[in-house]
Parts: sequence; C-alpha cells; structure tokens
Amino acid sequence: MEISITINGKAVSADVEPRTLLVQFIRETAGLTGTNIGCDTSSCGACSIHLDGEAVKSCTILAAQADGGSVTTIEGLASADGTLHPMQQAFMENHGLQCGYCTPGMVMAATSLLNDIPNPSEEDVRIGLEGNLCRCTGYHNIVQAVLACANK
Amino acid sequence: MIPAAFDYVRASSAEEAINLIGQHGDEAKFLAGGHSLVPLMKLRLAQPSVLIDIGRVSDLSYIKDAGDHITIGALTRHRDVETSSIVNEHVPLLAHATSHVGDPQVRRRGTIGGSLAHADPASDLPATTLALGATYVAQGPNGSREIPASAFYSGYLTSVLAADEMLTEIRVPKMNGAGWSFQKFNRRAQDWAIVGVAAWRNGNEASVALVNMASVPVLATSVGAAIASGASIEDAAAQAAAEADPQADLNASVEYRQHLARVLTRRALEAASA
Repeated sequence: MEISITINGKAVSADVEPRTLLVQFIRETAGLTGTNIGCDTSSCGACSIHLDGEAVKSCTILAAQADGGSVTTIEGLASADGTLHPMQQAFMENHGLQCGYCTPGMVMAATSLLNDIPNPSEEDVRIGLEGNLCRCTGYHNIVQAVLACANK
Repeated sequence: MIPAAFDYVRASSAEEAINLIGQHGDEAKFLAGGHSLVPLMKLRLAQPSVLIDIGRVSDLSYIKDAGDHITIGALTRHRDVETSSIVNEHVPLLAHATSHVGDPQVRRRGTIGGSLAHADPASDLPATTLALGATYVAQGPNGSREIPASAFYSGYLTSVLAADEMLTEIRVPKMNGAGWSFQKFNRRAQDWAIVGVAAWRNGNEASVALVNMASVPVLATSVGAAIASGASIEDAAAQAAAEADPQADLNASVEYRQHLARVLTRRALEAASA
C-alpha cells in the first residue's frame, strides 16, 4: 500500500506491505537509523519517536497507522547548523548516557515529558520515563539531565 | 519481529467497520491503538488475515457527563481518560487506574475500548470497570446492545462480543464521593499486575474487583457482602480470594496470588475507608 509520512519535516512516500512497522519505515525506508530497536515488544522504549508531537513506541505501530502523520526522530531534534537540542545538550553535560543504546528513545521520551510537565519533580521524571529502560542502569544521570534541561 | 502478512483496510465510521468485518468474517480483527494486538501478532499468537483499522473513527473518542454516569467513547485513548477533568471529578478510581496502564508512550496510543475488548484478566481496566459497575455498549449489524461488565468476560482473552460486533461506548456510574483505592502489585513499574485490586466504599456499600486472579476479571462479591453485613475490613478482606481461581506462572504460585489478593484488598479497603 502507498503511504506518506512526514519525517523531520520531509515527506517520505513509499509502497509498503501493511505489516511494515513504523520503526522499519523510519530505519529502512527513510534511512534514519538513529531510532533503535531494543526489545521489539513495546517494553524498553528504545524506539520512542514523536508521532504528531507526542512520544510513542514505533515498534508497536504499523506504518499504515501513521500514514499522513508527522514524525520527529532523534535526527530531527538538533538545529540545521548542528546546535544540539537543549535536551541533547543536557544529556551530554550530565553524562546521561553510558553505552548510548537507550539514549535516542530516552531523549524523545524526555522531550515529550517536558511538553506535558514543563517543571517536573524528580518523581515526575522517574514516573514519566517508566517506559524507557537503560540496561547500563544509568538512570540517576538521565534523571539529572532531564531536570537540568527543565531548569534551563 | 514483524507480523505475518495481512490485508489492511481502514474504516471511517463504526457502521463501515461493522460492515467490513461482516464481509471478512472470522479471520478479520479490529485494530484500534494496536498496543495489545500488534504485540500478539508479532509473536504469532494472533494471525488475523485482515486488519480493519478503526483508529481514525474520531467520533468514538469522547468523554461526556451524562447525569448519574459518564460515557466514554471506545476509541478514547488512555491518556485522555487519565487526564480528563470529568473522569477525575466523577470517577477518580478509573482515572487513577488508567494512569497505571503500561507507560506514557503506551497510554498515548492504547484505547479504553481496545483494552476492554482484548479481555486480558491481567489488564487494569477490565477489573476496574467491573468494580465500578460499568456497562459496555456494543454495536453490530442489527443495532446496539448494552452489556454489563459483569456479563462481558467469558474466558481468557474472550468476551461475549459477537464476531461482527464492536465496542462503541463505556458507561460508568459516578462515584458520588465514595472512597476508593487501586492496588497494583508488580515487579517493575510498567509491568502487568501480578495481582491488582480495584475497590471503592461508601459507608456499608463496597465493591472490590481483582486483576489477574482468574481467566477473567473477578468481582469479589464476598468482600462486598461482608462489608454490607458490618464485618471489619480485616474479616472482609479475608474473603478476597473466595471467587477467584488464579493460575500459577513464573511470577507467583496460586497460594501467593491468593495471599496477595487478601493483603491488597485489606490495603484497598483501608484506603477507601479513610
């Protein structure tokens, strides 16, 4: 089936099988491999992206369901001149990553969290990121990074 | 993991969706938010040959105050239920239980009707709506019918919905200031409950329903009867597993689940009575 999804401001159209997952469409059709596949069962959050402005798990959405929608991936956060998004900057400054595998999903979930709760408590951040797992267990600095970004 | 191949059709109204499922028969499934169905399809535990996407039927996404009850469109997403001022004011137990479904990303996609129709006894909302005395509305080719939550669940992942019926609305009585509590026991924040308890109490009237204590959500009628007859919370909670028929799994034995049901029911009744 023919679908079209706007990804990071650019329309991407393709003829895909109905069973194509949104994360596949992003990685394989659009060639944007910043979005990772982790558990593949909507538990770990590594595949989190924004669909129409909100963080969702792209491994559990069919590309067909997102047809006509607008997606932002980790590649779409930084400015065109390379200036990092404040959340990316905060992760860097607070050492909010170790191996980095969960990081794109963490950053996308965290930016969505701040859209909902601009001034979160530490508890708000921990609960708000419950859908994202860090196998390095680096949660402390991730939470600090999100709080630092909120306080900027 | 990628699901087995299927045909995909999109419905723009409930009538069109019911018409489509009538054409495609038993091999077709409705796709709402997809957060129960798509994982099952990826694991090959479900292999429908046709998906009828009802996710764009926007007139089934609403929350309304209807006097003594509220009505929620079946395609209302969990996030909208969780944050609704109407639900928080009149049925706070449902708003709170909904905030425990999955995680924020899941709640932005999953729908109340999808969760109830999926009929997973380990999900939070079937038991919660059961405790609240909700009524579900199903639409089929010959019109609508009302199904009490207490008559909806017929077995594991199975309901009395006919193959060509879809859930369209959930009607939940207002709680009128009753005390309430939702207790969810799990290992990790986003997990399904090992055991969960949804409870409310208003004087000598109380209702308790159990998550993951049988192949269907369980109304703990013995607990309600004990409270009505003036029993202490401790004595009432001791009856919590009376109607249950739990299974053992990797997380818990039958005896442990029964124990959890009694402990969580006591905690829930204490909180609801405070």
